[in-house]
Amino acid sequence: MDMTSKNTYDKPVGVVGAGSFGTVVANLLARNTQVVLYARKPEIIEQIARTRISQGQKLHDRVDITNDLHYLSSVCDVIFPIVPSASFRKMIRDLSPWLKPHHFLIHGTKGLIVSEDKWNEGKPDKSLMPEDVFTMSRVIRKETLVVRVGCLAGPNLSKELADGQPAATVVASRFDEVIREGQRLLRNELFQVYGSKDMTGIELAGVLKNIIAVAAGILVGLGFGENAHGLLVSRGLVEMVYLGRLLGGETSAFLGLAGVGDLVATCSTNLSRNFSLGYRLAKGEKLPDILASVDEVAEGVNTIIIMKTLAENMGMRAPITESLYRVMHEEMTPEEALRLLMKSPFRIDFDIF
Amino acid sequence: MALNLIRPVKKVDTKKRFEPIHAGSQEWPVVQLARNRKQFVQQVTNEAVDRLILLRSGIGQLVDEIEKTRYHEKLRIKTNPWKVDPEDELIFWGKVKSRLLEIDKKDGAEAEELAKLLLKDIVNRYAEEITGNFKQTSYKLARNIVTFGFARLLNAAKIKKFGSFFRNEYTLQDKIQITGEVEHLRALARIGTIVMVPTHFSNLDSITLGYIINELGLPPFIYGAGLNLFNVEIFAYFMNSLGAYKVDRRKKNLIYLETLRTYSSLAIRKGNHSLFFPGGTRSRAGNIETRLKLGLLGTAIEAQRINYENNTEGRASKIFVVPVVINYNFVLEAPSLINDYLELKGQERYYVENDDFTSSGKILKFLIKFFTQGSNISVSIGKGMDLFGNYVDQEGKSIDKFGNYVNTREYFSYRGKINRDTQREEEYTRMLSIRIVDEYLRINQVFASHLVPFVAFEMLKKKYPDEDLYGLLRIPLDEVEIPYEIYRETFGRLRDKIFDMYNRGQIDIAPHLTGDLDQVIGHGIYNVGLYHARRPVIKSKNGNITSQDLTTLYYYRNRMDGYDLEKYI
Repeated sequence: MDMTSKNTYDKPVGVVGAGSFGTVVANLLARNTQVVLYARKPEIIEQIARTRISQGQKLHDRVDITNDLHYLSSVCDVIFPIVPSASFRKMIRDLSPWLKPHHFLIHGTKGLIVSEDKWNEGKPDKSLMPEDVFTMSRVIRKETLVVRVGCLAGPNLSKELADGQPAATVVASRFDEVIREGQRLLRNELFQVYGSKDMTGIELAGVLKNIIAVAAGILVGLGFGENAHGLLVSRGLVEMVYLGRLLGGETSAFLGLAGVGDLVATCSTNLSRNFSLGYRLAKGEKLPDILASVDEVAEGVNTIIIMKTLAENMGMRAPITESLYRVMHEEMTPEEALRLLMKSPFRIDFDIF
Repeated sequence: MALNLIRPVKKVDTKKRFEPIHAGSQEWPVVQLARNRKQFVQQVTNEAVDRLILLRSGIGQLVDEIEKTRYHEKLRIKTNPWKVDPEDELIFWGKVKSRLLEIDKKDGAEAEELAKLLLKDIVNRYAEEITGNFKQTSYKLARNIVTFGFARLLNAAKIKKFGSFFRNEYTLQDKIQITGEVEHLRALARIGTIVMVPTHFSNLDSITLGYIINELGLPPFIYGAGLNLFNVEIFAYFMNSLGAYKVDRRKKNLIYLETLRTYSSLAIRKGNHSLFFPGGTRSRAGNIETRLKLGLLGTAIEAQRINYENNTEGRASKIFVVPVVINYNFVLEAPSLINDYLELKGQERYYVENDDFTSSGKILKFLIKFFTQGSNISVSIGKGMDLFGNYVDQEGKSIDKFGNYVNTREYFSYRGKINRDTQREEEYTRMLSIRIVDEYLRINQVFASHLVPFVAFEMLKKKYPDEDLYGLLRIPLDEVEIPYEIYRETFGRLRDKIFDMYNRGQIDIAPHLTGDLDQVIGHGIYNVGLYHARRPVIKSKNGNITSQDLTTLYYYRNRMDGYDLEKYI
């Protein structure tokens, strides 16, 4: 390790998870720095090494690949964990023994998980309370000794980023230095990076938007147009704010790039897994069949179960989330859900301030 | 009733004596500090001036800050003068005004030079005021007064006339029981610098802690004592001899606060064990403080970073945080503290500190009463932590929550090097304060006199579900009567819950809490608020539970706040 001067300090940056977003982030980082990308499965490593292609994206020359977390954490100070929430805890536990207090962890996972004692057979316990629900930054804080933690959130559809289209993201952390580092590493002429201190709010904005994205998919699947779309986005935003407050997010986070920005992007495109899920539900497919047909589960699935249970326990109405839950897990059809929503007694437009 | 205690309750060995950890007082850092007082004040001044110039760069900002300070100081002198204030204050700030006028006439480098000189003079005045006057001889005398003086009083008074719980013959060690990680603290004090962070309920705390520190064979700790306490001769005497420096809470200007921070940071770096009351002032509501003041705590984190930067290996390079909880049956100031709290709760307003410790005579009377009559204090020493909330072992090595050693230097490093980042340190301070509060709750020793008022107040609250706090406190006292049998049952349930938490290591209990239920309740009723004219909890003629003062009942009830016990009522 070279400690003599700033100029020669050029440790690579780590990315854990070679899914589509992980690959995009690795390529973005590689424009500014050397990158080490971790994939768990040896056959994936082998395939990427042979083809230099990951998830259909050509890897930047400066991306090295590894399946050794020990190696990755010893050569990298800054690590971006980007794996689906369902495998996040396991990944972070595998990584934890190698982490030191000097590490910065900036995750890019828009999902929630529930503490192990409150999660049985794919469902949260009926007694679920806010302290049992974890955003990924909380998972990192709980499972590692790293304190300098941040997150990435914003309208970052992998395919558009991979095509080099202009976009922006938010790096949120309680630490200014983590925000600065994220900006320094990610920014380029087509990619703007904003900072925020409300890490929980920014994480929740990205997480809760997935609920609304599923609903948007349903609306499009049912063949409705832009009026319905506008209605959903605005009502959805209000619901996101309320649900977000349950878990300690500030309202302002939801009005920025990671909230409204991501919401508009995700609700308008079939490039998102959550949107596709809703679309297929509207077309009459059943949840188990949809889940069986994809390799990566849309984050919205668990987020909806968790937030529905939590809202219920906290005595809060979340009409969109509840309806989606009933479509996915009970016998309600998307049409019935929509009719129910339109009858919803909430007549105030925007009352979150 | 069967007790379900798995974890053994440690009886305190009150006869244990601790050898001083340093052979002679010449080695005490605080003695070194006093010997080089002039030089130290100079160092504080220079460092604080450098910081302030960093914070307020440019002549305009600097002059603005000085002008603002001058304005507030003039106002303070006029509206809130104290006996301890030096006589030349008005003259000094008058001179500041004329020097500011001079600066106004100059320009460029010359004006800046003059402004810096003026700043330096102000900082120097503050640093002089803050720095204590530790004297070894008076330290020893004060120590003797506390240890032997009161012990004599105690034995002379041999109490037989009081309740059946206090048949034992007392020594001061019986009165003040030290529990917890005593040997650990002594070990850490040998290898590093201790920052002790106690809870703060009473003005008596600093004297109690001074006694404890000496009793444990540790050199005196330095600590910031409210300047108002120096108004009272007897306190001034103790404070000066126990290594106190002066903190004036009326002065809230940046120049003063930076000088204070620098003082603390530099003293810690020089290896002085320090004591902060991180709650700031005494707990007004009687609860264990949950929101800590971050200012002085932050100086410990800064000092640690600078120690690492300077790469000073060996002694004093590592700083250990030791939480301490002081438990009383009785807080003399309770009635006025709780009134302050209730008045302040509705609206934030400036208020002059209300003190029951207004004269030396009054205090002496209280102390005699206190030490001759039956009321115990327990002091729980928590496990030492590093500044990031990791526990440290006997050698001072940090151990993370997974049981592995941690190199704490790395918390300050960015791109392979330790660097200064004030925002990072602020965040670490916030995180540390959360850890300290967790530790308070964990090492807090429950007395019968804590649980008795808690159960009484909560039962009352349940009986009047529609009343808010102020409504509850206004309930006519003759309506307040809880049938003893129901009270007893509820108390037993709560106590079981506390045993449960104790078994899981979430709280500590005083040995007396494990006895026969009726006796424990009796013990609590007898002791809670023992010397208040109107007692928070008493038994009525027909044996039921009632109160003579609901506000102090509320005060003592709050001691059990933070455990979410209300739901078991």
